[in-house]
Amino acid sequence: MSTIPNPIIRMRGVGRRFGTFEALRNVDLDVAAGEVVVLLGPSGSGKSTLIRCINHLEEYDSGDVFVGGVRVERGPNLLKVRQQTGMVFQSFNLFPNQTVLDNVALGPVRVKGLTWEAARTKARTLLERVGIASQAEKYPGQLSGGQQQRVGIARALAMEPRILLFDEPTSALDPEMVGEVLQVIRSLAHSGVTMVLVTHEMGFARQVADRIVFMEAGEIREVSTPDVFFSATTNERARAFLDAVLNH
Amino acid sequence: MSIVNTFFNLDVLVRSLPLLLQGLWRTILLGALSIALGLVGGLALALVRLYAPRWLRWLAVAYIDVFRALPVLVWLVIVYYAFPFLGVSLSPFASACLALATVSSAYTAEIYRAGIEAIPRGQFEAAQSVGLRPFDVMRDVVLPQAIRIVIPPLTNNSINVMKDTALASVVALPDLLKQATQAQALAANPTPLIGAAVLYLLILLPLVRLVARFEKRYQGRAR
Repeated sequence: MSTIPNPIIRMRGVGRRFGTFEALRNVDLDVAAGEVVVLLGPSGSGKSTLIRCINHLEEYDSGDVFVGGVRVERGPNLLKVRQQTGMVFQSFNLFPNQTVLDNVALGPVRVKGLTWEAARTKARTLLERVGIASQAEKYPGQLSGGQQQRVGIARALAMEPRILLFDEPTSALDPEMVGEVLQVIRSLAHSGVTMVLVTHEMGFARQVADRIVFMEAGEIREVSTPDVFFSATTNERARAFLDAVLNH
Repeated sequence: MSIVNTFFNLDVLVRSLPLLLQGLWRTILLGALSIALGLVGGLALALVRLYAPRWLRWLAVAYIDVFRALPVLVWLVIVYYAFPFLGVSLSPFASACLALATVSSAYTAEIYRAGIEAIPRGQFEAAQSVGLRPFDVMRDVVLPQAIRIVIPPLTNNSINVMKDTALASVVALPDLLKQATQAQALAANPTPLIGAAVLYLLILLPLVRLVARFEKRYQGRAR
């Protein structure tokens, strides 16, 4: 595997078991600052588990994960790691008891010590950036899926993270709403923020990724550029996966 | 005619009314204080039971189980008549309040726990991924949603506590029931007891209605 000097994310020999099922097996991965990495692979291959190990929503049983040089583990450092990593979830997970605006403002108030007024001003700017400033005073339940996910992205951005993690951000959306969310994510790629994405949108992956990581059965099977991966992969399993998803 | 004179004697009622209202006031005070303490204590117990280190969790479980199993009246009599042997002498009001609040907190702890456990894991994860401390995760995200869910059962429990305040008459607290029996003895007529029953109904019936309304309202909003 390729070693990158001073990676912002470094994973070494990471393993995770659920009972007898090995969700991750001996995973090594470096991600450079500013890089966009897309994880591909069949469902159950460990993509989500891997991404959730980066901000310790999932505990790993073996190996090491470092974010910005800090080991990701239970303890006082974990809050620091999480403040540097924003996450966007498949099912949005917005806070239904708060307005859209406060969903975005909450983190800056509680974690960065901003006043509510300052945080809401900032939140409004972010909502504008994702194109839903007009919905600021509504509650998440009143929004469409696509709008909710854009709030989810704004909420993650509000902490000004160095790393954004996307866990299948469009998988729970109706087809007509996928485009608007991908559009927002595309606008963030190459803005300097490091991104790790799990997605099933192949065209999108090819467009935004600096590198594709292909996983299967809890292991990383191939790491390559999108061009190589999509048109010239020599990995048999990757080939089979691409055939299955592209020719259905 | 004699039934009316015996049970609904207006003259007796008017004469005993000041006594009854004194009792009512004390009953409301005792009930409100016990309910408030039970709600706060129950929340603390629920959080300890869910998130504290293991030995503390076991202590919370033991507390909750014991006070759900122990009859309130027995516990009240112990507090008032047995604690003095340990050098702890509490007034009737303090004894009743302590007994009711300890038992109520055991019940509310279980109610809060059910509410917290009903919050989807994604809510905790989203709050954690933003970098919120455990305290803020609870205060800003989990508890506002959980408490909303458990308002009907919490109100129900509050009604039970309010009813159980009548047990305090056993330890000579001049609450509504005690004052009514007193007035009945003075007047040699049971009308004050009927008056007390009516007063109990006047404060509790609206609460019972309220629970039914809550249940209807939150049912429609179930996610």
